[in-house]
Amino acid sequence: MEYWRTPLDIDKLKIPRGELHIIKERCKGCGFCVEYCPKGVLKLSEEFNSKGYHPPEAINPDECVNCDLCEMLCPDFAIYCVRIEADEKEVAN
Amino acid sequence: MSVKVEELVREEHPMEKLLRMDRIPHIWCPTCGLGTTVTALAAALEQLELDLDNVAVVSGIGCTGRVAGYMKLDSFHTTHGRAIPFALGLHIARPDLKVIVFSGDGDLISIGGNHLIHTARRNVDLTVICVNNFIYAMTGGQVAPTTPITARSATSPYGNYEHPFNLPLLAASSGAVYVARWTALHVRRLTTAIKEAITKPGFSFVEVIAPCSTLYARLNKLGSGLDLMKFYHDNSVIRHGADLKEVDIDYQSKIAVGKFIDIEKPTYIDCMNEGGKRAFGDKYKPYGGGNGGN
Repeated sequence: MEYWRTPLDIDKLKIPRGELHIIKERCKGCGFCVEYCPKGVLKLSEEFNSKGYHPPEAINPDECVNCDLCEMLCPDFAIYCVRIEADEKEVAN
Repeated sequence: MSVKVEELVREEHPMEKLLRMDRIPHIWCPTCGLGTTVTALAAALEQLELDLDNVAVVSGIGCTGRVAGYMKLDSFHTTHGRAIPFALGLHIARPDLKVIVFSGDGDLISIGGNHLIHTARRNVDLTVICVNNFIYAMTGGQVAPTTPITARSATSPYGNYEHPFNLPLLAASSGAVYVARWTALHVRRLTTAIKEAITKPGFSFVEVIAPCSTLYARLNKLGSGLDLMKFYHDNSVIRHGADLKEVDIDYQSKIAVGKFIDIEKPTYIDCMNEGGKRAFGDKYKPYGGGNGGN
Protein backbone atom coordinates (compact mmCIF):
# COMPACT_ATOMS: atom_id res chain seq x y z
CA MET A 1 0.00 0.00 0.00
CA GLU A 2 1.29 3.45 -0.89
CA TYR A 3 0.75 6.53 1.21
CA TRP A 4 0.86 10.11 -0.01
CA ARG A 5 2.51 10.88 3.33
CA THR A 6 4.04 8.36 5.71
CA PRO A 7 1.87 8.27 8.85
CA LEU A 8 3.76 9.57 11.90
CA ASP A 9 2.72 6.59 14.01
CA ILE A 10 3.55 3.98 11.40
CA ASP A 11 5.68 1.91 13.84
CA LYS A 12 2.69 1.54 16.15
CA LEU A 13 0.18 0.64 13.42
CA LYS A 14 -0.62 -2.98 12.81
CA ILE A 15 -2.75 -4.60 10.14
CA PRO A 16 -5.61 -6.28 12.02
CA ARG A 17 -6.31 -9.93 11.36
CA GLY A 18 -9.67 -11.58 11.58
CA GLU A 19 -10.86 -15.13 11.61
CA LEU A 20 -14.08 -15.69 9.69
CA HIS A 21 -16.89 -17.80 11.08
CA ILE A 22 -19.68 -18.72 8.67
CA ILE A 23 -22.82 -20.31 10.09
CA LYS A 24 -23.76 -22.12 6.89
CA GLU A 25 -27.14 -23.45 7.96
CA ARG A 26 -28.42 -19.97 8.73
CA CYS A 27 -27.31 -18.42 5.41
CA LYS A 28 -29.88 -17.52 2.74
CA GLY A 29 -27.30 -16.90 0.02
CA CYS A 30 -28.05 -13.19 -0.49
CA GLY A 31 -24.45 -12.38 -1.45
CA PHE A 32 -24.17 -9.08 0.50
CA CYS A 33 -20.97 -10.23 2.23
CA VAL A 34 -19.45 -11.43 -1.05
CA GLU A 35 -20.27 -8.18 -2.85
CA TYR A 36 -19.11 -5.75 -0.18
CA CYS A 37 -16.07 -7.48 1.38
CA PRO A 38 -13.38 -4.82 0.79
CA LYS A 39 -10.63 -7.44 0.56
CA GLY A 40 -12.46 -9.89 -1.71
CA VAL A 41 -12.16 -12.71 0.80
CA LEU A 42 -15.49 -14.39 0.10
CA LYS A 43 -17.20 -16.15 -2.75
CA LEU A 44 -20.50 -18.04 -2.98
CA SER A 45 -19.67 -21.73 -2.79
CA GLU A 46 -20.98 -24.54 -4.97
CA GLU A 47 -22.26 -26.51 -1.99
CA PHE A 48 -25.83 -26.34 -0.73
CA ASN A 49 -27.02 -25.99 2.84
CA SER A 50 -30.09 -27.88 4.02
CA LYS A 51 -32.38 -25.04 2.86
CA GLY A 52 -30.95 -25.18 -0.66
CA TYR A 53 -28.95 -21.94 -0.58
CA HIS A 54 -25.28 -21.51 -1.47
CA PRO A 55 -23.45 -20.22 1.63
CA PRO A 56 -20.26 -18.17 1.10
CA GLU A 57 -16.81 -19.63 1.55
CA ALA A 58 -13.52 -17.89 2.26
CA ILE A 59 -11.27 -18.14 -0.80
CA ASN A 60 -8.36 -16.28 0.78
CA PRO A 61 -9.04 -16.13 4.53
CA ASP A 62 -5.59 -14.69 5.30
CA GLU A 63 -6.64 -11.40 3.72
CA CYS A 64 -9.40 -10.77 6.31
CA VAL A 65 -8.67 -7.57 8.26
CA ASN A 66 -11.54 -7.93 10.76
CA CYS A 67 -13.46 -4.90 9.42
CA ASP A 68 -16.75 -6.54 10.49
CA LEU A 69 -18.58 -5.26 7.39
CA CYS A 70 -19.84 -8.75 6.50
CA GLU A 71 -21.09 -9.15 10.07
CA MET A 72 -22.92 -5.81 9.91
CA LEU A 73 -24.41 -6.38 6.45
CA CYS A 74 -25.50 -9.99 6.84
CA PRO A 75 -29.31 -9.93 7.19
CA ASP A 76 -29.37 -13.45 8.61
CA PHE A 77 -26.75 -13.18 11.41
CA ALA A 78 -24.82 -15.96 9.68
CA ILE A 79 -21.26 -14.59 9.45
CA TYR A 80 -18.91 -12.92 11.92
CA CYS A 81 -15.24 -12.17 12.45
CA VAL A 82 -13.10 -12.72 15.51
CA ARG A 83 -9.95 -10.63 15.89
CA ILE A 84 -6.70 -12.58 16.15
CA GLU A 85 -4.19 -10.25 17.79
CA ALA A 86 -1.32 -12.73 17.63
CA ASP A 87 -1.25 -12.75 13.83
CA GLU A 88 -1.15 -9.00 13.30
CA LYS A 89 1.53 -7.80 10.94
CA GLU A 90 3.55 -4.61 10.98
CA VAL A 91 2.59 -2.05 8.36
CA ALA A 92 5.15 -2.15 5.54
CA ASN A 93 6.80 1.21 5.08
CA MET B 1 0.63 -17.06 21.88
CA SER B 2 -1.53 -14.43 23.46
CA VAL B 3 -4.73 -15.57 21.77
CA LYS B 4 -7.50 -16.08 24.23
CA VAL B 5 -8.82 -19.61 23.88
CA GLU B 6 -12.43 -18.75 24.67
CA GLU B 7 -12.37 -16.12 21.94
CA LEU B 8 -11.38 -18.63 19.29
CA VAL B 9 -13.82 -21.32 20.31
CA ARG B 10 -16.72 -18.85 20.42
CA GLU B 11 -19.27 -20.43 18.14
CA GLU B 12 -22.12 -18.03 18.61
CA HIS B 13 -22.70 -14.88 16.62
CA PRO B 14 -21.92 -11.71 18.66
CA MET B 15 -25.46 -10.39 18.08
CA GLU B 16 -27.01 -13.47 19.65
CA LYS B 17 -27.27 -11.94 23.09
CA LEU B 18 -29.69 -9.36 21.66
CA LEU B 19 -31.76 -11.81 19.60
CA ARG B 20 -34.32 -14.44 20.54
CA MET B 21 -32.44 -17.31 18.95
CA ASP B 22 -35.38 -19.72 19.21
CA ARG B 23 -37.08 -17.59 16.53
CA ILE B 24 -34.07 -17.38 14.19
CA PRO B 25 -33.94 -17.99 11.22
CA HIS B 26 -36.36 -15.14 10.69
CA ILE B 27 -39.10 -15.10 8.04
CA TRP B 28 -37.59 -12.29 5.94
CA CYS B 29 -36.79 -13.13 2.33
CA PRO B 30 -33.25 -13.61 1.03
CA THR B 31 -31.70 -10.18 0.16
CA CYS B 32 -34.20 -8.31 2.36
CA GLY B 33 -32.60 -5.32 4.11
CA LEU B 34 -34.43 -5.71 7.41
CA GLY B 35 -31.91 -8.05 9.03
CA THR B 36 -29.17 -5.51 8.32
CA THR B 37 -31.23 -2.77 9.99
CA VAL B 38 -31.77 -4.98 13.05
CA THR B 39 -28.00 -5.52 13.21
CA ALA B 40 -27.51 -1.74 13.13
CA LEU B 41 -29.92 -1.31 16.06
CA ALA B 42 -28.26 -4.14 17.99
CA ALA B 43 -24.81 -2.63 17.33
CA ALA B 44 -26.03 0.80 18.42
CA LEU B 45 -27.42 -0.61 21.68
CA GLU B 46 -24.18 -2.49 22.27
CA GLN B 47 -21.99 0.56 21.63
CA LEU B 48 -24.13 2.82 23.84
CA GLU B 49 -23.62 0.31 26.71
CA LEU B 50 -27.17 0.89 27.93
CA ASP B 51 -28.70 -1.24 30.63
CA LEU B 52 -30.78 -3.51 28.40
CA ASP B 53 -33.42 -3.87 31.11
CA ASN B 54 -34.26 -0.23 30.47
CA VAL B 55 -34.71 -0.51 26.71
CA ALA B 56 -38.04 -1.38 25.11
CA VAL B 57 -38.77 -2.04 21.44
CA VAL B 58 -42.29 -1.54 20.12
CA SER B 59 -43.37 -2.39 16.61
CA GLY B 60 -46.57 -2.62 14.65
CA ILE B 61 -47.69 -4.94 11.88
CA GLY B 62 -45.84 -5.88 8.72
CA CYS B 63 -42.52 -7.36 7.80
CA THR B 64 -40.76 -4.76 9.96
CA GLY B 65 -43.27 -5.33 12.73
CA ARG B 66 -41.69 -8.69 13.43
CA VAL B 67 -38.59 -7.00 14.85
CA ALA B 68 -40.20 -6.80 18.29
CA GLY B 69 -40.47 -10.59 18.29
CA TYR B 70 -36.86 -11.13 17.28
CA MET B 71 -35.11 -8.73 19.70
CA LYS B 72 -34.31 -10.13 23.14
CA LEU B 73 -35.46 -6.98 24.91
CA ASP B 74 -38.71 -5.92 26.52
CA SER B 75 -40.75 -5.70 23.36
CA PHE B 76 -44.34 -5.43 22.25
CA HIS B 77 -45.97 -6.28 18.93
CA THR B 78 -48.95 -3.94 18.72
CA THR B 79 -51.97 -3.80 16.44
CA HIS B 80 -51.65 -2.20 13.01
CA GLY B 81 -50.47 1.40 13.16
CA ARG B 82 -50.61 1.65 16.94
CA ALA B 83 -46.94 1.20 17.75
CA ILE B 84 -46.48 4.89 18.59
CA PRO B 85 -49.54 5.19 20.92
CA PHE B 86 -48.38 2.12 22.85
CA ALA B 87 -44.84 3.48 23.05
CA LEU B 88 -46.18 6.86 24.17
CA GLY B 89 -48.09 5.25 27.03
CA LEU B 90 -45.05 3.19 27.98
CA HIS B 91 -42.85 6.29 28.02
CA ILE B 92 -45.31 8.35 30.11
CA ALA B 93 -45.72 5.52 32.62
CA ARG B 94 -41.99 4.76 32.82
CA PRO B 95 -39.98 7.86 31.78
CA ASP B 96 -36.75 6.07 32.72
CA LEU B 97 -37.14 3.61 29.84
CA LYS B 98 -35.59 4.19 26.43
CA VAL B 99 -38.49 3.39 24.12
CA ILE B 100 -37.66 2.58 20.50
CA VAL B 101 -40.40 2.26 17.89
CA PHE B 102 -39.21 0.05 15.03
CA SER B 103 -41.76 -0.28 12.29
CA GLY B 104 -42.38 0.03 8.59
CA ASP B 105 -43.68 2.76 6.32
CA GLY B 106 -47.12 1.23 5.85
CA ASP B 107 -47.58 0.88 9.59
CA LEU B 108 -46.16 4.19 10.80
CA ILE B 109 -47.03 6.52 7.96
CA SER B 110 -50.36 5.39 6.58
CA ILE B 111 -52.37 3.67 9.30
CA GLY B 112 -50.40 5.24 12.14
CA GLY B 113 -49.83 8.55 10.35
CA ASN B 114 -51.90 10.63 12.72
CA HIS B 115 -50.17 9.16 15.74
CA LEU B 116 -46.79 9.95 14.20
CA ILE B 117 -47.50 13.61 13.55
CA HIS B 118 -49.13 14.27 16.92
CA THR B 119 -46.42 12.50 18.90
CA ALA B 120 -43.84 14.51 16.96
CA ARG B 121 -45.82 17.70 17.66
CA ARG B 122 -45.74 16.99 21.40
CA ASN B 123 -42.02 16.10 21.16
CA VAL B 124 -42.39 12.95 23.24
CA ASP B 125 -39.00 11.39 24.04
CA LEU B 126 -39.25 8.43 21.64
CA THR B 127 -36.94 7.06 18.96
CA VAL B 128 -38.79 6.10 15.80
CA ILE B 129 -36.97 3.94 13.25
CA CYS B 130 -39.09 3.77 10.10
CA VAL B 131 -37.98 1.19 7.56
CA ASN B 132 -39.18 2.36 4.16
CA ASN B 133 -39.34 -0.31 1.45
CA PHE B 134 -41.83 1.68 -0.70
CA ILE B 135 -44.55 -1.00 -0.55
CA TYR B 136 -46.84 -3.05 1.72
CA ALA B 137 -44.66 -6.11 1.55
CA MET B 138 -46.25 -8.61 3.92
CA THR B 139 -49.76 -8.39 2.47
CA GLY B 140 -48.70 -8.91 -1.14
CA GLY B 141 -47.26 -5.64 -2.46
CA GLN B 142 -50.08 -3.09 -2.39
CA VAL B 143 -49.38 0.58 -3.08
CA ALA B 144 -48.18 2.38 0.07
CA PRO B 145 -48.11 6.12 0.93
CA THR B 146 -44.40 6.04 0.13
CA THR B 147 -44.59 4.28 -3.28
CA PRO B 148 -42.96 6.62 -5.83
CA ILE B 149 -44.92 7.85 -8.84
CA THR B 150 -44.79 5.36 -11.81
CA ALA B 151 -43.61 2.48 -9.59
CA ARG B 152 -45.62 -0.69 -10.08
CA SER B 153 -47.24 -2.57 -7.23
CA ALA B 154 -49.94 -5.22 -6.91
CA THR B 155 -52.66 -2.55 -6.79
CA SER B 156 -51.02 -0.22 -9.33
CA PRO B 157 -50.09 -2.61 -12.15
CA TYR B 158 -49.82 0.25 -14.69
CA GLY B 159 -47.73 2.44 -12.42
CA ASN B 160 -48.61 4.44 -9.32
CA TYR B 161 -50.05 7.92 -9.93
CA GLU B 162 -50.36 9.15 -6.32
CA HIS B 163 -47.87 11.58 -4.79
CA PRO B 164 -45.83 9.86 -2.07
CA PHE B 165 -44.96 11.29 1.34
CA ASN B 166 -41.60 12.92 1.89
CA LEU B 167 -40.95 11.33 5.29
CA PRO B 168 -38.13 13.58 6.63
CA LEU B 169 -40.17 16.69 5.73
CA LEU B 170 -43.27 15.20 7.36
CA ALA B 171 -41.42 14.38 10.59
CA ALA B 172 -39.52 17.67 10.74
CA SER B 173 -42.53 19.86 10.01
CA SER B 174 -44.52 17.98 12.66
CA GLY B 175 -41.88 18.87 15.25
CA ALA B 176 -39.26 16.11 15.40
CA VAL B 177 -35.94 17.26 16.89
CA TYR B 178 -33.77 14.70 15.12
CA VAL B 179 -34.38 13.56 11.54
CA ALA B 180 -31.99 11.39 9.54
CA ARG B 181 -32.23 9.11 6.55
CA TRP B 182 -29.84 6.30 5.57
CA THR B 183 -30.15 3.23 3.42
CA ALA B 184 -29.66 -0.34 4.63
CA LEU B 185 -26.28 -0.29 2.91
CA HIS B 186 -24.90 2.55 5.10
CA VAL B 187 -24.70 0.27 8.15
CA ARG B 188 -22.06 2.19 10.09
CA ARG B 189 -23.60 5.62 9.51
CA LEU B 190 -27.01 4.15 10.31
CA THR B 191 -25.63 2.76 13.59
CA THR B 192 -24.29 6.22 14.45
CA ALA B 193 -27.63 7.82 13.55
CA ILE B 194 -29.54 5.32 15.73
CA LYS B 195 -27.10 6.00 18.59
CA GLU B 196 -27.64 9.75 18.27
CA ALA B 197 -31.41 9.29 18.01
CA ILE B 198 -31.54 7.14 21.15
CA THR B 199 -29.47 9.60 23.21
CA LYS B 200 -31.37 12.65 21.90
CA PRO B 201 -34.09 13.86 24.29
CA GLY B 202 -37.25 14.39 22.26
CA PHE B 203 -38.86 12.85 19.21
CA SER B 204 -36.19 11.42 16.89
CA PHE B 205 -37.02 9.97 13.49
CA VAL B 206 -34.66 7.79 11.44
CA GLU B 207 -35.82 6.69 8.00
CA VAL B 208 -34.09 3.59 6.64
CA ILE B 209 -34.43 2.83 2.92
CA ALA B 210 -34.40 -0.97 2.67
CA PRO B 211 -34.64 -3.26 -0.35
CA CYS B 212 -37.72 -5.45 -0.76
CA SER B 213 -36.67 -8.18 -3.14
CA THR B 214 -39.79 -10.31 -3.38
CA LEU B 215 -42.32 -7.56 -4.07
CA TYR B 216 -40.97 -4.10 -4.88
CA ALA B 217 -37.97 -5.33 -6.87
CA ARG B 218 -39.86 -8.17 -8.57
CA LEU B 219 -42.94 -6.15 -9.57
CA ASN B 220 -40.73 -3.38 -10.95
CA LYS B 221 -38.23 -5.78 -12.56
CA LEU B 222 -35.32 -4.30 -10.60
CA GLY B 223 -33.55 -7.59 -9.95
CA SER B 224 -32.81 -8.83 -6.44
CA GLY B 225 -32.23 -7.00 -3.19
CA LEU B 226 -28.52 -7.12 -3.96
CA ASP B 227 -29.17 -5.14 -7.16
CA LEU B 228 -31.09 -2.58 -5.10
CA MET B 229 -28.14 -2.40 -2.67
CA LYS B 230 -25.86 -1.69 -5.64
CA PHE B 231 -28.37 0.96 -6.77
CA TYR B 232 -28.17 2.61 -3.31
CA HIS B 233 -24.39 2.45 -3.51
CA ASP B 234 -24.36 4.31 -6.83
CA ASN B 235 -27.24 6.72 -6.23
CA SER B 236 -27.09 7.80 -2.57
CA VAL B 237 -25.97 11.39 -2.10
CA ILE B 238 -24.92 12.43 1.41
CA ARG B 239 -26.41 15.86 2.09
CA HIS B 240 -26.32 16.70 5.79
CA GLY B 241 -28.69 19.52 6.70
CA ALA B 242 -30.28 19.55 3.26
CA ASP B 243 -33.41 21.54 2.47
CA LEU B 244 -36.07 18.95 3.28
CA LYS B 245 -38.34 20.06 0.43
CA GLU B 246 -35.72 18.67 -1.94
CA VAL B 247 -35.17 15.24 -0.37
CA ASP B 248 -38.26 13.50 -1.75
CA ILE B 249 -37.64 10.25 -3.61
CA ASP B 250 -38.83 9.72 -7.17
CA TYR B 251 -38.86 6.34 -8.87
CA GLN B 252 -35.22 5.17 -9.15
CA SER B 253 -33.97 8.71 -8.56
CA LYS B 254 -30.98 9.88 -6.52
CA ILE B 255 -31.56 9.32 -2.80
CA ALA B 256 -30.50 12.17 -0.52
CA VAL B 257 -29.26 10.68 2.77
CA GLY B 258 -27.77 12.25 5.87
CA LYS B 259 -28.63 13.93 9.13
CA PHE B 260 -31.17 16.59 8.22
CA ILE B 261 -32.38 18.01 11.53
CA ASP B 262 -30.71 18.07 14.96
CA ILE B 263 -32.21 20.77 17.19
CA GLU B 264 -32.95 21.24 20.89
CA LYS B 265 -36.51 21.61 22.15
CA PRO B 266 -38.16 20.89 25.53
CA THR B 267 -39.73 17.43 25.60
CA TYR B 268 -43.34 16.57 26.42
CA ILE B 269 -42.64 15.80 30.10
CA ASP B 270 -40.57 19.00 30.48
CA CYS B 271 -43.44 21.03 29.01
CA MET B 272 -45.96 19.24 31.22
CA ASN B 273 -43.95 20.06 34.35
CA GLU B 274 -43.51 23.65 33.23
CA GLY B 275 -47.23 24.00 32.58
CA GLY B 276 -48.07 22.47 35.95
CA LYS B 277 -45.68 24.83 37.74
CA ARG B 278 -47.12 27.80 35.89
CA ALA B 279 -50.66 26.88 36.90
CA PHE B 280 -50.18 25.60 40.47
CA GLY B 281 -46.89 27.12 41.60
CA ASP B 282 -45.17 25.34 44.48
CA LYS B 283 -48.11 22.99 45.01
CA TYR B 284 -47.24 21.16 41.78
CA LYS B 285 -45.09 18.07 42.18
CA PRO B 286 -43.03 17.54 39.01
CA TYR B 287 -43.46 14.21 37.23
CA GLY B 288 -40.66 11.95 36.09
CA GLY B 289 -37.99 12.50 38.71
CA GLY B 290 -38.09 16.28 38.45
CA ASN B 291 -35.88 16.55 35.39
CA GLY B 292 -38.35 15.35 32.81
CA GLY B 293 -37.26 11.77 33.10
CA ASN B 294 -34.39 12.09 30.69
